[in-house]
Amino acid sequence: MIWDWHFAGKILPDLLRGLVVTVEATLLGYAVALVLGLLWAVLRRSPSRVVNQVVRWVVEFIRSTPLLVQLFFLFFALPSIGLTFSALVTGVIGLGVHYSSYTSEVYRAGIADVPAGQWEATTALNLPRRRVWFGVVLPQAVRKVIPTLGNYLIAMFKDSPLLLAITVPEMLHSAYDVGAKSLRFLEPMTIVGVLFVIVSVLSSLLLRRLEFRYGNN
Amino acid sequence: MATTDPAAEALPPREHADGIRFDGVVKRFGDNVVLRELDFAVAPGERVTLIGPSGSGKTTILRLLMTLEKVDDGVIWVNGHPLSHMKRGERLVPADDKYLHKVRGDIGMVFQQFNLFPNMSVLRNVTEAPVHVLKLSRDEANERARGLLDLVGLADKADAHPAQLSGGQQQRVAIARALAMQPKILLLDEVTSALDPELVAGVLDVLRDIANETDITMLCVTHEMGFARDVSHRVLMFDQGQIVEEGSPEKIFSEPENQRTQDFLHAVLDQH
Amino acid sequence: MSDVLSSYPLLLRGAWVTIQLTVYGSALALVLAFVFGLMGGARSAWVRAVGRVYVEFFRGTATLVLMYWLFYALPLIGFRFAPMFAAVLALGLNVGAYGAEVVRGAVKAVPKAQFEATIALNMRPWQRLRRVLLPQAVALMLPPFGNLLIELMKGSAVVSLISIADLMLRAQQLRQSTGQTTAVFLVILVIYFVIAQVLQLLVRYMERRADIMLGRRPGRAARSALDTLGAAK
Ligand SMILES: Nc1ncnc2c1ncn2[C@@H]1O[C@H](COP(=O)(O)OP(=O)(O)O)[C@@H](O)[C@H]1O
Ligand SMILES: [Mg+2]
Repeated sequence: MIWDWHFAGKILPDLLRGLVVTVEATLLGYAVALVLGLLWAVLRRSPSRVVNQVVRWVVEFIRSTPLLVQLFFLFFALPSIGLTFSALVTGVIGLGVHYSSYTSEVYRAGIADVPAGQWEATTALNLPRRRVWFGVVLPQAVRKVIPTLGNYLIAMFKDSPLLLAITVPEMLHSAYDVGAKSLRFLEPMTIVGVLFVIVSVLSSLLLRRLEFRYGNN
Repeated sequence: MATTDPAAEALPPREHADGIRFDGVVKRFGDNVVLRELDFAVAPGERVTLIGPSGSGKTTILRLLMTLEKVDDGVIWVNGHPLSHMKRGERLVPADDKYLHKVRGDIGMVFQQFNLFPNMSVLRNVTEAPVHVLKLSRDEANERARGLLDLVGLADKADAHPAQLSGGQQQRVAIARALAMQPKILLLDEVTSALDPELVAGVLDVLRDIANETDITMLCVTHEMGFARDVSHRVLMFDQGQIVEEGSPEKIFSEPENQRTQDFLHAVLDQH
Repeated sequence: MSDVLSSYPLLLRGAWVTIQLTVYGSALALVLAFVFGLMGGARSAWVRAVGRVYVEFFRGTATLVLMYWLFYALPLIGFRFAPMFAAVLALGLNVGAYGAEVVRGAVKAVPKAQFEATIALNMRPWQRLRRVLLPQAVALMLPPFGNLLIELMKGSAVVSLISIADLMLRAQQLRQSTGQTTAVFLVILVIYFVIAQVLQLLVRYMERRADIMLGRRPGRAARSALDTLGAAK
């Protein structure tokens, strides 16, 4: 079998539709990861030992178990407790929760970098806790870690094909479908591979440029 | 020396006597001309001290000799071989790795910050290059190393780890490590300036012994004027990449002629 | 739940396959990481370029896409891989690219003064690397390598999608035979967690060894001497 350009051209629209779903799932999942990760990070600073140890191990657990298993778990277990979501929403939750374990570490490092003097100043001013976090600590901590957080967007994008396992019609899923129907896997799989490399290499170049500009300010 | 070594047969013929010779050496870092057309020579077995204010190019001279930097113009001759250039036909062309390996064999260097290898014991630091570069047997190398550690007063520290030693001890190990390669020329770049004052004397005593008991050519950058006076045959005063005055230690330290030398010596002696 | 627990031999066999994948995959990744990572620090611009291309390409690739491609697409042009081989290749190539960046960064992070000391001792380029730079760089590589090892172990779960009977696939089988979806997945999540913790301990142990080698921590002899000192007080 050799490469068939005509066939490749015919299936491209299907694959690009898959790419749109892939990107959608990635961006939504990323939003979840950013918010949830921040929550973990703030809870880790809780004065209650119980809270911060529980959060610590929950995060450790999420980070050291496979995303694929977590996706299956959500896909099958959520309905059994009466929560029924579409496959895509389940996938977004799965990606978001999994990557929140990474982003929380990033935030944590950022928070730890905020000089002790800043905390002391808030105490001296007798600021309420909410203002301490939202007015003083987080704005400084988050600004510093934005480039690092960006890396996880690309990492998530590359993990998004796993959503095919729970029937989300993302790009690899479309490719598999096309292949199974036509019994030609070479073109769809290769195109998907190339698209993945293109998107991730381009976005990491973009990120590096942003990082560079950011670092100069 | 190297003439009996078959590998050295490939070297170009000697055009100058033994020793070190700078011929119109120019060194720039970007727009900063650090050495401009520098000429000087050091005879075999001679011990020369370089003094001069910070930034005058003393370290650069030693680094050029150790082939850690490349000259921008001019030629450095070591024992009759051009350093960093080799002869191809009648022309001098930039040296390649193989050639550098041959000419570097005669030169050893001790650094201001010791630069011991933290992944090896003290003994290993001293034997590593003799075993792998000089191809000595492990036993021979150990014997040589223990002799040298004894010389620098650290025989009992052979199995210690560099991090467990004081700065002065580390620097003495670094001296032993350089000597284990049996260099003809030893370069010493402010070897005591990173040490706490009470550790300086120990290191200088070791170097005095070496100066008295061997005929190694020594190029020494130091602010320890007493030491310089004791061991060196000649002192070169540098300023802005040029030799502004040279002479015997007695002359330079007792009756310097140049105003800049006088100012420099005043400044250094006031500090001490 | 007891149905699930009583099928433990099945799960153990699955876990064993997961461990094998992890070991083979990381062995391949380690080799690739060193080969391409050292190329990334080479003097020749061509050699460096080859290293860069490998890193950029395989970092940009999703493991699952690569595995599907090796498994479904390549056979059609005459390369047929056993599933296990395709899986190890995909995992190794992918993680190896990240590892190569770690190796390159670690070698670059060894202080320049160490490199200069090797020149002053007239070491050959290979000796500089082998005797001085790499031993010190490895200590810097260990923590990121530990993370990559766990990433690889987790990533191995995708092999179930090309029907390799790893822990994940066994869970699917068990789910179908017992109907205990939640319990099955909880149990294997715990198994994966345990494997990850063991791997982490292993890496910590190696980090400690490296620290001792570099004299950052007292070795055993010195430590026991300190202990006796402490006890005497
Ligand atoms: N690697 C380098 N890059 C740029 N400039 C350098 C470098 N090394 C030395 N210089 C410059 O060369 C000059 C001479 O430095 P150096 O030889 O270290 O002087 P000294 O050892 O006499 O204090 C200084 O102006 C220094 O800033
Ligand atoms: Mg200097």
